[in-house]
Amino acid sequence: MRIVIIDDSGLRATVLEEGLREAGYDDIHIVPPRGAFVARLERMAPDVVLMDLGSPSRDTLEEMLTVSRALARPIAMFVDQSDEAMIGAAIDAGVSAYVVDGLRKERVKPVLELAVRRFNAFARIQAELDEARNALSDRKVIDRAKSILMAQRSLSEQEAYALLRSSAMNQGKKIVDVAQALITASDLLGGGL
Amino acid sequence: MTTNLRIAFLPLNDVAVLAAARERGFAEEEGLALDLLRTTSWATLRDRLVYGQVQAAHMLAPLAVAVTLGLSQQPAALAAPYKLGVNGNMLVMAKDFAAALDPDPASRIADPLAAAHDFAAAIGLWRRKPVIGVVHRFSSHALMLRYWLASAGVDPDRDVVLRVLPPSLTVEALHAGEIDGFIAGEPWGSAAVEAGLAETVAVGERIWQRGVEKVLAFRENWLEENPETVDRLLRALARAAVWCDDPENHEALAQLLADPRYLDQPGDLIRRGLSGQIVARAGEAPISHPDFMLFSREATPFPWRSQALWIYSQLVRWGMAEHSPENAAKAGRVFRPDVFRRALAGSDMPMPGASMKLEGALASPLAVGSRKGDLTLGPDRFFDGRVFDPERIEDYLAGFVQVR
Repeated sequence: MRIVIIDDSGLRATVLEEGLREAGYDDIHIVPPRGAFVARLERMAPDVVLMDLGSPSRDTLEEMLTVSRALARPIAMFVDQSDEAMIGAAIDAGVSAYVVDGLRKERVKPVLELAVRRFNAFARIQAELDEARNALSDRKVIDRAKSILMAQRSLSEQEAYALLRSSAMNQGKKIVDVAQALITASDLLGGGL
Repeated sequence: MTTNLRIAFLPLNDVAVLAAARERGFAEEEGLALDLLRTTSWATLRDRLVYGQVQAAHMLAPLAVAVTLGLSQQPAALAAPYKLGVNGNMLVMAKDFAAALDPDPASRIADPLAAAHDFAAAIGLWRRKPVIGVVHRFSSHALMLRYWLASAGVDPDRDVVLRVLPPSLTVEALHAGEIDGFIAGEPWGSAAVEAGLAETVAVGERIWQRGVEKVLAFRENWLEENPETVDRLLRALARAAVWCDDPENHEALAQLLADPRYLDQPGDLIRRGLSGQIVARAGEAPISHPDFMLFSREATPFPWRSQALWIYSQLVRWGMAEHSPENAAKAGRVFRPDVFRRALAGSDMPMPGASMKLEGALASPLAVGSRKGDLTLGPDRFFDGRVFDPERIEDYLAGFVQVR
C-alpha cells in the first residue's frame, strides 16, 4: 500500500511516517504542498493520501483527484459512515484521508486510526515545545530586568528578584509582564542595559 | 438563555455580515453567541459542516448545490435560507498579460463582451496556455469566468488552464509565476493590484449585475430540527446586513474585518471592495462601482430559487452534473425562501411575493410585488443579454453555442 503524506511541517510528517513504519507500512512518501506538488502526487499513483485538514491546499488536491486522467483509479475522501466516532476523531485531530477506489475499509482504517493518534501526539509535542520556548524567553526577560535593577539600585540578585515578585503580586500581574514593563521603561529612559 | 452557534468561514470580504452580527451586538440581541471558525480551504469548511463540527457555514452557493447533488465528496442535503452577499468578485491578470488588452482598465471593465474577445486574442499571444486561478470548481467565480470566456468562443477546459487554489494563496501564486491571473472575492484581487503584480480585467458585477455569491448553509435536517434558532440567526443577520450596506459604516467594517481573527489584511484594501472604489492598476485613481457588493438593499439576502437553478444550469452546461428533473428539483430546493419568510415575517425586510423570477431580465430598477414594504429590484442583466427562465432550463442551455 503506497501512502503519501502531504505536509508542510517536517516534524508532523516525520512523527506520522515513523508511526506508519513501525506498524509495518514501508511505501511512504512525504510531499510538501508547494509548487507543482499535484503533478508529483499524480505520478506517484498513491493508494492513500493523508493530509492536514487545516492545509489550504486541500481544494487544489481535490480538484486534481476529480480531473486527473493519469490516475488509474479514482481517489475519494475516506468516509466510513458506519463509524461516526472515527469521522469525528479524524476531524478533531485535523486529519483528512483520500483513498483509492476499491481499497477495502478494513485495510484503510488502521492507517487512519494511526494517523489520528500521531496527529494528536504531534499536537501535544507542539504545545509542549511552545510552552518550553515561552518559558525560556520568560526567563531571559526576567534575567534582564534583574540586571537592570541590580545596576540601577545596587541590589543583589535575590533582592532584585524579590522586588519584581512583590511588584507583580501587588499589581496582580505575572512577573514576566512586570519585568517586560521595566525593560521597556529602562530602554525609553536610555538605561542602556 | 444564550444559544451558542459555531459557523465556519473563509477570510473574504463577504464574511462581513457574520462578523458584524457578532461584533456589533446583532447576534447578542437575539440571544445568540456566535463562534466564528476561520478555515483555510472550502474542502475543510464543507467537511466541518457536513460532519456536524459546525452548525452553519459561509459557503459558495454552487458548492452548497454540488454537495447536495453528491458532486463534492460525501453527499449531504444542505439548505441555504439566506444569501450573505451579492457580487464582489474581480478577475485580475498579470501585468504583461493585461498589456495585450485594452490599455484603459475602466473601459475593459465597462464592456465585458469586448474584453472577453480581447482576452481570447491575448491567449494566442501568450507563451503558453494562460493559467487562471479559481477558488473552487464549484464557485460562483469559476462559473462566471467560464460564462465570460465562452461568450468569446474560448473553451475554459481546453484553451486555458483553470487552477484551483484558495483565495488566501492567490497573491503568493501569482508572485511565484504559478498562475497568470485569478478570479476571487475581495480583498484578494485588490491585494494583487496593490502589490503591482496584476491589473483588474473584469469585475463580477459587470458580468452578471446581481450575481449570487456566498450563502449561509446548514445541513437540511439540522435546519428543520432547530427552526427557532435558525430564525433568530436570520433576524440578526438581516439587521447586521443593513449596517454593513450603509456607506457610513464601511470604514468601521473594514477595520473590523482587518482583524487577524477575520481577514488579517490591511483595512484600506478591504474598504475598496466594500465601498466599490476599485483601483484597477496600482497607483491609479479608483473607479467607482456602487453595486460592486451588496449585503441588504433590494432584499439581497432573499434566496431566489431561480438563482439556485441558474447555478444548476451552469453545472449541467459544463458537464459537472447530469440533467434530470430529480436533480433540478434537488438543486432548486437548496435555496429556502420559505425559511427566510418565516424568520423575517415580522421584520423591516421587504418580502418578495414570489420565490422564482426571470434572472437577467431587468435592465433598470423595477418596483415589484412585495408582501410588505417597498421592494425595488436592481438591474440584474448578464453582459450578453441572455435571460434565464427557471421553467425552461433545456431551452436556456440549448441557446448556448457549444464551444467544444
